[in-house]
Parts: sequence; structure tokens; C-alpha cells
Amino acid sequence: MNEQNCDPPSVGKSACCPPPKVEAATCCPPTKATEPCCPPKAETPACCPAVADDRPGYKLWAFVSGWHDSPVGRIPQIATKLTASDILGRWQMRWGLGRMRYSIAPGLYAIGTPSSTSPVLVTANYKMTFDLVRRDLHNHDVWLLILDTKGINVWCAAGKGTFGTDEIVRQVQTTKLDQVVNHRTLIVPQLGAPGVAAHFVQKRCGFKVIYGPVRSRDLQIFLASGHQATPEMRRVSFNLAERLVLTPVELVSMWRQILWSIPILFILGGISPEFFSFAAAWQRGGAAILAGFAGLLAGAVLSPLLLPWLPGRGFAFKGAVTGFLVAILGTIIFAAQLNWLNSLALLLALPTIASWCSMHFTGSSTFTSPSGVEKEMRHAIPGQAAALLVGGLCWIAAVF
Amino acid sequence: MAELRYIEDVVTLELDAEICIGCGMCQIVCPHGVLVVEERKALITDRDRCIECGACAGNCPVEALRVKAGVGCASAIIHSWLTGEEPSCDCGGSC
Ligand code: SF4
Ligand code: SF4
Repeated sequence: MNEQNCDPPSVGKSACCPPPKVEAATCCPPTKATEPCCPPKAETPACCPAVADDRPGYKLWAFVSGWHDSPVGRIPQIATKLTASDILGRWQMRWGLGRMRYSIAPGLYAIGTPSSTSPVLVTANYKMTFDLVRRDLHNHDVWLLILDTKGINVWCAAGKGTFGTDEIVRQVQTTKLDQVVNHRTLIVPQLGAPGVAAHFVQKRCGFKVIYGPVRSRDLQIFLASGHQATPEMRRVSFNLAERLVLTPVELVSMWRQILWSIPILFILGGISPEFFSFAAAWQRGGAAILAGFAGLLAGAVLSPLLLPWLPGRGFAFKGAVTGFLVAILGTIIFAAQLNWLNSLALLLALPTIASWCSMHFTGSSTFTSPSGVEKEMRHAIPGQAAALLVGGLCWIAAVF
Repeated sequence: MAELRYIEDVVTLELDAEICIGCGMCQIVCPHGVLVVEERKALITDRDRCIECGACAGNCPVEALRVKAGVGCASAIIHSWLTGEEPSCDCGGSC
């Protein structure tokens, strides 16, 4: 099935260090590359580099633990233990730092010592996904086919279509998978299904798609049970821990809006009967910024955590409720400092900010439909705008 | 824990049971257990749980399912309102 539009052999793409072609390997066995059998003489430079896995300008990833021979050449063998730097990288990503650089080269990888009958698992080239999958396949012998999803996770890449039928077919052909294994089955994560049409994959490259479990930690059971997934393994969840790990990114994604609001609040806070007062800017502006942060935490952290227990269905509404509770608490604590206009401003503005932030958490949630998000936004945004305007006017009126 | 449910009666999912061949693919791919195959025909059990991911429609070999798939992300929708483009998901690490 590889005859039609078979791409040129660019197996080299499968790792940061292109594995040598088969001819090269026979001249200089990779395992003995540094032995005197093949010294780096001037006349054989193309055949035998001084160190087999070094190439000018390339650096081998730390997770490559060795090389595994296959009918199409050497395949990078990857470690199943995560190192401290893998875990550090995960934390950086959780906080939205340098996520774009965290992708790995697409192509074929080996976990353990897979043979021509070993299963082939497909996943994305987002480093965090890759790390979880290899960790969860400890002690297994499998092939890992990494798609080029531009460093995006399976679910989102499937939504965009980069994790999809075309890319699976392309990788199957460029890695010459049909020569590596003698079965014709790919195990694709279920969350990739929105981008994949299983019947078209089979038609175009001959490999049958079997959808694996949603979570990589269920992979071992799935493989051991002959590709059986329980209904539980097929369902997406959204428990407290899952919501908690998403809140940092939610906060970080708001940085642009935070940076804009700070100077604006200082300037508005300075408006006074004698035109402008720096003391007031500092005091009232500062207080407003604190209130803004309280709204941010209420909407982007508290509301996501309390999601199942908050009333209503819409995220904007749930956020407004959380914000309102926080605002009431604020008016009680600062009762001595706030006149009624200031209190009213707080009770209007803080829930609005919380509502706005909470509404954006729909992007991280696993159970919101686009039609639903659009509907709630059409209702919520005019209300948010009105509440913010009235709240702001009350706040400014409070000094006159 | 209370089950998380979202806004009702908005989902665009449609099933044409006439042409369904009962292959079971939609039941396998749906991440929210919306579809179940009984007596060789697919059934929509709880349509309000559907998140319009499009997995079922894309994997149905006879095109018996239809859904307006998209991204349920507020920033993406705002972006699409402002630019007139289709919403696309370019959000944070979760996404
Ligand atoms: S995938 Fe299509 S044909 Fe198969 S059971 Fe579902 S609706 Fe029916
Ligand atoms: S669109 Fe997605 S969530 Fe909705 S029924 Fe189909 S597979 Fe299930």
C-alpha cells in the first residue's frame, strides 16, 4: 500500500539525530561506532562519523537511551523514567512558560525492544504528552509513532486537525511503518478521534485504527486485555485535581488584561474634586487593583474549583456568584473605609471581573459545547459591560 | 461529586438512524457517553452532554451523524466575532 504517493525516505526526521541509512550501518555497526573497526579517517567521513550519534548542529535529547535496530534502520529507543528536568519542564508548562519550545521531533520511536509484532501507539509531539505516555509504558515493548502536531496536545490538535487522518498517513509512510511491523493496526488515543476518520486511515495507508483509552495511565490495562477499554476509560472527567492544575495557565493567560488595567485604575483612582490627586491615585487606585485581583482569583481559581457546587449552568454566572460572595466579604471587612457608593461599586465590579475570568475557563473545561459557550457569552457580555460601567461610575462618584 | 452539566438544548448533534449500520464506532469515540448502540442502531442517550467535538460524525463510515463541531473556548469565540474567522483553539497549556 506504500506505492501510492509514498514520500521519499526522510526517516532522518524521526529523531534529532538522523539514524544512518542501512548501507552506512552495514559498513559501520552503530554499536561499534567508536571502536577501531571504523576510525574517523578522512577517506570515510560520510560513512562513519567520529561518534555515531553526533551530527554538527544537533544535540541528542536526554530521553534517548539507545538505538534499536529495525528493518528500516536504527530507531531511537526512549527511556521510560522521567528525569528531574522532564518534571521541571512540566511545571514550566503548567505556568505557561516557554510552551511553544516544548515539542519533540515527530517520527518513530521504540520503547523497550519492540519486534515486528509489537503494537504501534500513536501520539502527539507535545513533550508533556510524550513524557506521560513513555512513563506509563514502562516495561513494555512498543513502537511509538509521534505525529507532528506542532507541540500541541492530542485533544487540541485533533480539534485543529493537525492530529488527524492526513498526518497519520504521512507518518506511516515516511517512517515506512509497513516494513517495521507485519501487523496493520494503529492504537490511536480516543481524544484524537475528532481529527481522525478511522475508515479513511485504513483506506489510505492500510492500517486499521483502534481507539485506545482517554488517559495514558490506562494503556497498560488496555494492552494487557487485548485492546478492551472499559466505559470508564472512554469517558473524559473533570475532577478537582484536573481543574486545579489548569488554573495557573488560566491566570497567566490573563496577564495582558492585568497589565492594561493597572495604570487605568491608578489614573481613574486619582480623579478628585480638585481634578487629580496623587494621594488618591495611590490609595483608591491601589484599592481598586486589590479588588481586581480578588475578582481574578475568584473567577479564575475559586470558580473553577467550586464548579460542581456553584448554582447555574453557565460559567459566567458561576463566576459572578463566586465574585459576589467575595465582594460581600470585602464590604464587611472594609465597612469602615467604604461609603455606600464605594460598596456598591465593589459589589458590581468584582463579580463582573470574576464572571469574565470564569467564562474564559470554558476553554479549559472538558464538558462545554461551543454552541453553549456562544449562547452564554451572548447573554453574559452585555450584562458584564453594564455592571462594569455602573460600578465604575459609582466608584468615581464616591469621591464627589 | 455532583455531575458537571452544561447549558441545555443548544447542541447541534443529529443522528439519521435510517442509514446507521450499527458499527459501534460512535459509541467508542464519544468522550461523554452520548451515543449507545442498541439492536444494531445508534441512539442519542443524553444529548445535553455532547460537547460537539465531532469525533462521532468524523468516524461514522456512513455519515449517519452530523454535528457542527468547534471549540468551546470563550477567547476563541471572541476572536472569531472580532475577526470574522472560524473560532480556533490557540489557548493555554490545557488546550
Ligand atoms: S458510527 Fe455511524 S453507522 Fe456506526 S453505529 Fe454510529 S451512527 Fe451507526
Ligand atoms: S460530537 Fe463528540 S461529544 Fe458529541 S456525541 Fe459526538 S463524539 Fe460525543
